[in-house]
Amino acid sequence: MTTPTLLQGQVTAGEALPELAYPVTATTVVLGALAARDWRPMHHDKEFAVTRNGTRDIFLNTPNLASWFERYITDWTGPFGRLQRVTFRMKGSIFPGDTMVFRGVVADTGVDDTGCGWAALEITVSVDGDTKTSCTARVALPVSDGDNPWSRAGDRWVP
Amino acid sequence: MSAIGIDDIEGLLGVAQYEEVGEFPVEQGYVWTTCSSVENGNPLFWDPEVAEEVTGGPIAPPTMVSVWFRPHHWAPNRSTPGLPLQIHFDLKEGLGLPEAVMSDNTIVFYEPVRPGDLLRTSQILKSVSDEKTTKLGTGRFWVIDVEYHNQRGDLVAVESYTGFGYRRAGTEEAS
Repeated sequence: MTTPTLLQGQVTAGEALPELAYPVTATTVVLGALAARDWRPMHHDKEFAVTRNGTRDIFLNTPNLASWFERYITDWTGPFGRLQRVTFRMKGSIFPGDTMVFRGVVADTGVDDTGCGWAALEITVSVDGDTKTSCTARVALPVSDGDNPWSRAGDRWVP
Repeated sequence: MSAIGIDDIEGLLGVAQYEEVGEFPVEQGYVWTTCSSVENGNPLFWDPEVAEEVTGGPIAPPTMVSVWFRPHHWAPNRSTPGLPLQIHFDLKEGLGLPEAVMSDNTIVFYEPVRPGDLLRTSQILKSVSDEKTTKLGTGRFWVIDVEYHNQRGDLVAVESYTGFGYRRAGTEEAS
């Protein structure tokens, strides 16, 4: 029997999520691009990235960054955490050789009119202290051991 | 699919275009490849028993929603590589902006996407800015919404992209 690892009532505004540091390689970038079916050359061809995009190397693509943020959030919530919405703002690129560091904090938490618990998160991914992408996210969380946000649909799911 | 010039923009704002069905059903292999690419160990995607208990069977990571309509790089009877987010490329061509980056991306999630689903998408141009100059060059920002439905007609996600198409400093406007 799978039970929730994190309930909405256990979360408080201001609480920090565990930090995640990850050394990025060319394989990270290329694997991520191909997993996302993103064949554009700036994610696998360094010469193209340098001469056409004016960047110093190939760089992580947006859909794969979304997957990284999802992984970071659900590492914290466990499988009962259900994403409602995410917003990313890309400020700079992440290249092979960079160590990207994810940090997050709970901005707010509550229960909506349908009884769905949620937490609003502010997350950054940075390299050498320089924020490359910021993310705001809202994730649904169970309000009790017997609650499951994934069972919600229609009028009971207001993301 | 045709270039979108400056005079075309007003008539296209808010109009659903490029309605298309994905080239293949949602499949488990890409779920694992994506989870592997970001080292996502969420048991929903690796343990069928957990998936059955929690989500009523396997699902795909919600943030993969755009993956399912990215076209094959090559396919029989196609002379040029397919392009995802066609409006973005039509704007680049029509406005003479050879380079582009995505700056903002919002995704709102509804019904879960499951292996075997065949998604349908449409693209909606929401706005195009006046010319602006950034450290990348001079160009325009635009916002594109992509709506995703499954084969039962359920809304599964709405994605909103902000792109910046530009000419690098010192380059001439494309004809």
